[in-house]
Amino acid sequence: MGMAVNSVTNLGRSGVYDWMVQRVSAYLLALYTIFLLGFMLTTDLDYEAWAGLFSQTWFRIFSLGTLIALGGHAWVGLWTVSTDYIKATLPRFLFQAICGTVMFVYVVWGIQILWGL
Amino acid sequence: MFVGVAFLLYGLDLSLSGEEGFARVNELLDSFLAKLIIWGILSALLYHLVAGIKHLLMDMGIGEELKSGRLAAKLTIVISVILIVLAGVWVWQ
Repeated sequence: MGMAVNSVTNLGRSGVYDWMVQRVSAYLLALYTIFLLGFMLTTDLDYEAWAGLFSQTWFRIFSLGTLIALGGHAWVGLWTVSTDYIKATLPRFLFQAICGTVMFVYVVWGIQILWGL
Repeated sequence: MFVGVAFLLYGLDLSLSGEEGFARVNELLDSFLAKLIIWGILSALLYHLVAGIKHLLMDMGIGEELKSGRLAAKLTIVISVILIVLAGVWVWQ
Protein backbone atom coordinates (compact mmCIF):
# COMPACT_ATOMS: atom_id res chain seq x y z
CA MET A 1 0.00 0.00 0.00
CA GLY A 2 1.42 3.32 -1.00
CA MET A 3 1.21 6.31 1.24
CA ALA A 4 1.60 9.93 0.21
CA VAL A 5 4.30 11.82 2.03
CA ASN A 6 3.00 15.23 2.99
CA SER A 7 5.06 18.15 4.13
CA VAL A 8 3.64 21.03 6.10
CA THR A 9 5.60 23.62 4.15
CA ASN A 10 4.68 22.85 0.54
CA LEU A 11 2.12 25.22 -0.92
CA GLY A 12 -0.69 22.86 -1.85
CA ARG A 13 0.04 20.12 0.72
CA SER A 14 0.34 17.71 -2.21
CA GLY A 15 2.74 17.37 -5.11
CA VAL A 16 -0.06 17.16 -7.68
CA TYR A 17 -1.59 20.42 -6.47
CA ASP A 18 1.84 22.12 -6.47
CA TRP A 19 2.38 20.84 -9.99
CA MET A 20 -0.88 22.46 -11.08
CA VAL A 21 -0.11 25.75 -9.30
CA GLN A 22 3.23 25.80 -11.13
CA ARG A 23 1.62 25.30 -14.56
CA VAL A 24 -1.25 27.77 -14.14
CA SER A 25 1.08 30.47 -12.76
CA ALA A 26 3.60 29.71 -15.54
CA TYR A 27 1.04 30.44 -18.28
CA LEU A 28 0.02 33.69 -16.58
CA LEU A 29 3.64 34.81 -16.01
CA ALA A 30 4.60 33.99 -19.61
CA LEU A 31 1.57 35.85 -20.99
CA TYR A 32 2.28 38.94 -18.87
CA THR A 33 6.00 38.97 -19.68
CA ILE A 34 5.43 38.67 -23.43
CA PHE A 35 2.66 41.28 -23.34
CA LEU A 36 4.69 43.82 -21.37
CA LEU A 37 7.89 43.34 -23.41
CA GLY A 38 5.79 43.62 -26.58
CA PHE A 39 4.19 46.82 -25.30
CA MET A 40 7.56 48.36 -24.42
CA LEU A 41 9.02 47.43 -27.81
CA THR A 42 6.08 48.56 -29.96
CA THR A 43 5.16 51.76 -28.14
CA ASP A 44 7.02 55.03 -28.25
CA LEU A 45 7.42 54.76 -24.51
CA ASP A 46 6.90 58.00 -22.64
CA TYR A 47 5.35 58.72 -19.25
CA GLU A 48 1.90 59.22 -20.73
CA ALA A 49 1.81 55.84 -22.49
CA TRP A 50 3.32 54.07 -19.47
CA ALA A 51 1.03 55.65 -16.87
CA GLY A 52 -1.89 55.22 -19.28
CA LEU A 53 -1.38 51.46 -19.40
CA PHE A 54 -1.12 51.17 -15.63
CA SER A 55 -4.21 53.35 -15.08
CA GLN A 56 -6.42 50.80 -16.88
CA THR A 57 -8.35 48.69 -14.37
CA TRP A 58 -7.96 45.52 -16.46
CA PHE A 59 -4.20 45.96 -16.57
CA ARG A 60 -4.00 46.60 -12.82
CA ILE A 61 -5.94 43.40 -12.21
CA PHE A 62 -3.72 41.56 -14.75
CA SER A 63 -0.61 42.94 -12.98
CA LEU A 64 -1.78 42.03 -9.48
CA GLY A 65 -2.85 38.57 -10.63
CA THR A 66 0.59 38.08 -12.16
CA LEU A 67 2.31 39.24 -8.96
CA ILE A 68 0.26 36.76 -6.90
CA ALA A 69 1.07 34.05 -9.47
CA LEU A 70 4.74 35.01 -9.10
CA GLY A 71 4.45 34.51 -5.33
CA GLY A 72 3.00 31.01 -5.78
CA HIS A 73 5.41 30.13 -8.60
CA ALA A 74 8.46 31.29 -6.62
CA TRP A 75 7.24 29.49 -3.49
CA VAL A 76 6.85 26.15 -5.26
CA GLY A 77 10.21 26.62 -7.02
CA LEU A 78 12.20 27.76 -4.01
CA TRP A 79 10.49 25.20 -1.78
CA THR A 80 11.51 22.42 -4.19
CA VAL A 81 15.10 23.64 -4.35
CA SER A 82 15.41 24.21 -0.59
CA THR A 83 13.95 20.83 0.36
CA ASP A 84 16.40 19.18 -2.07
CA TYR A 85 19.54 21.02 -1.05
CA ILE A 86 19.14 22.35 2.50
CA LYS A 87 19.01 19.20 4.60
CA ALA A 88 19.20 20.72 8.08
CA THR A 89 15.80 21.76 9.38
CA LEU A 90 16.61 25.15 10.89
CA PRO A 91 18.48 26.72 7.95
CA ARG A 92 15.82 25.36 5.58
CA PHE A 93 13.03 26.76 7.71
CA LEU A 94 14.79 30.14 7.93
CA PHE A 95 15.36 30.23 4.15
CA GLN A 96 11.71 29.44 3.51
CA ALA A 97 10.56 31.96 6.11
CA ILE A 98 12.64 34.70 4.50
CA CYS A 99 11.35 33.81 1.02
CA GLY A 100 7.76 33.82 2.28
CA THR A 101 8.20 37.19 3.97
CA VAL A 102 9.80 38.74 0.86
CA MET A 103 6.95 37.42 -1.32
CA PHE A 104 4.37 38.91 1.02
CA VAL A 105 6.20 42.26 0.90
CA TYR A 106 6.28 42.12 -2.92
CA VAL A 107 2.52 41.55 -3.14
CA VAL A 108 1.63 44.33 -0.69
CA TRP A 109 4.14 46.70 -2.34
CA GLY A 110 2.63 45.84 -5.72
CA ILE A 111 -0.90 46.66 -4.51
CA GLN A 112 0.38 49.98 -3.19
CA ILE A 113 2.04 50.81 -6.53
CA LEU A 114 -0.91 49.73 -8.67
CA TRP A 115 -3.63 51.47 -6.67
CA GLY A 116 -1.42 54.24 -5.32
CA LEU A 117 -2.59 54.05 -1.74
CA MET B 1 15.34 36.49 -10.28
CA PHE B 2 13.50 36.54 -7.00
CA VAL B 3 15.82 39.30 -5.76
CA GLY B 4 15.56 41.03 -9.16
CA VAL B 5 11.83 41.55 -8.59
CA ALA B 6 12.74 44.13 -5.92
CA PHE B 7 14.62 46.21 -8.52
CA LEU B 8 11.71 45.93 -10.97
CA LEU B 9 9.13 46.95 -8.35
CA TYR B 10 11.32 49.86 -7.29
CA GLY B 11 11.60 50.99 -10.91
CA LEU B 12 7.87 50.59 -11.47
CA ASP B 13 7.05 52.52 -8.30
CA LEU B 14 9.34 55.39 -9.31
CA SER B 15 8.27 55.42 -12.97
CA LEU B 16 4.59 55.69 -12.03
CA SER B 17 5.14 58.36 -9.38
CA GLY B 18 4.91 61.11 -12.02
CA GLU B 19 6.72 62.68 -14.98
CA GLU B 20 9.72 63.39 -12.77
CA GLY B 21 9.93 59.85 -11.45
CA PHE B 22 9.69 58.48 -14.99
CA ALA B 23 12.53 60.75 -16.10
CA ARG B 24 14.52 59.68 -13.05
CA VAL B 25 14.18 55.99 -14.03
CA ASN B 26 15.42 56.86 -17.55
CA GLU B 27 18.32 58.72 -15.97
CA LEU B 28 19.16 55.79 -13.68
CA LEU B 29 19.11 53.45 -16.68
CA ASP B 30 21.89 55.52 -18.24
CA SER B 31 24.37 54.22 -15.67
CA PHE B 32 26.48 51.18 -16.46
CA LEU B 33 25.59 49.39 -13.22
CA ALA B 34 21.84 49.80 -13.76
CA LYS B 35 22.18 48.56 -17.35
CA LEU B 36 24.11 45.54 -16.10
CA ILE B 37 21.49 44.78 -13.44
CA ILE B 38 18.56 45.11 -15.85
CA TRP B 39 20.37 43.02 -18.48
CA GLY B 40 21.09 40.39 -15.83
CA ILE B 41 17.42 40.30 -14.82
CA LEU B 42 16.30 40.15 -18.47
CA SER B 43 18.80 37.36 -19.21
CA ALA B 44 17.60 35.23 -16.29
CA LEU B 45 13.96 35.95 -17.18
CA LEU B 46 14.35 35.15 -20.88
CA TYR B 47 16.22 31.90 -20.24
CA HIS B 48 13.66 30.86 -17.62
CA LEU B 49 10.83 31.79 -20.00
CA VAL B 50 12.24 29.79 -22.93
CA ALA B 51 13.05 26.76 -20.74
CA GLY B 52 9.60 27.09 -19.13
CA ILE B 53 7.86 27.08 -22.52
CA LYS B 54 9.84 23.90 -23.34
CA HIS B 55 8.45 22.37 -20.14
CA LEU B 56 4.90 23.34 -21.06
CA LEU B 57 5.38 21.81 -24.52
CA MET B 58 6.64 18.62 -22.86
CA ASP B 59 3.45 18.58 -20.76
CA MET B 60 1.64 18.37 -24.10
CA GLY B 61 3.81 15.42 -25.09
CA ILE B 62 6.09 17.37 -27.44
CA GLY B 63 9.82 16.64 -27.20
CA GLU B 64 9.60 13.73 -24.80
CA GLU B 65 11.63 11.21 -26.79
CA LEU B 66 15.43 11.03 -26.50
CA LYS B 67 16.05 12.52 -29.94
CA SER B 68 13.44 15.30 -29.82
CA GLY B 69 14.31 15.94 -26.15
CA ARG B 70 17.95 16.57 -27.00
CA LEU B 71 16.94 18.84 -29.87
CA ALA B 72 14.55 20.78 -27.61
CA ALA B 73 17.31 21.21 -25.01
CA LYS B 74 19.72 22.54 -27.63
CA LEU B 75 17.04 24.81 -29.11
CA THR B 76 16.36 26.20 -25.63
CA ILE B 77 20.01 27.23 -25.30
CA VAL B 78 20.25 28.66 -28.83
CA ILE B 79 17.01 30.66 -28.62
CA SER B 80 17.91 31.92 -25.13
CA VAL B 81 21.36 33.10 -26.23
CA ILE B 82 19.88 34.94 -29.23
CA LEU B 83 17.23 36.62 -27.04
CA ILE B 84 19.81 37.54 -24.36
CA VAL B 85 22.07 39.16 -26.99
CA LEU B 86 19.07 41.05 -28.40
CA ALA B 87 18.15 42.16 -24.86
CA GLY B 88 21.73 43.43 -24.44
CA VAL B 89 21.42 45.43 -27.66
CA TRP B 90 18.11 46.84 -26.43
CA VAL B 91 19.57 47.85 -23.04
CA TRP B 92 22.77 49.38 -24.47
CA GLN B 93 21.44 50.96 -27.66
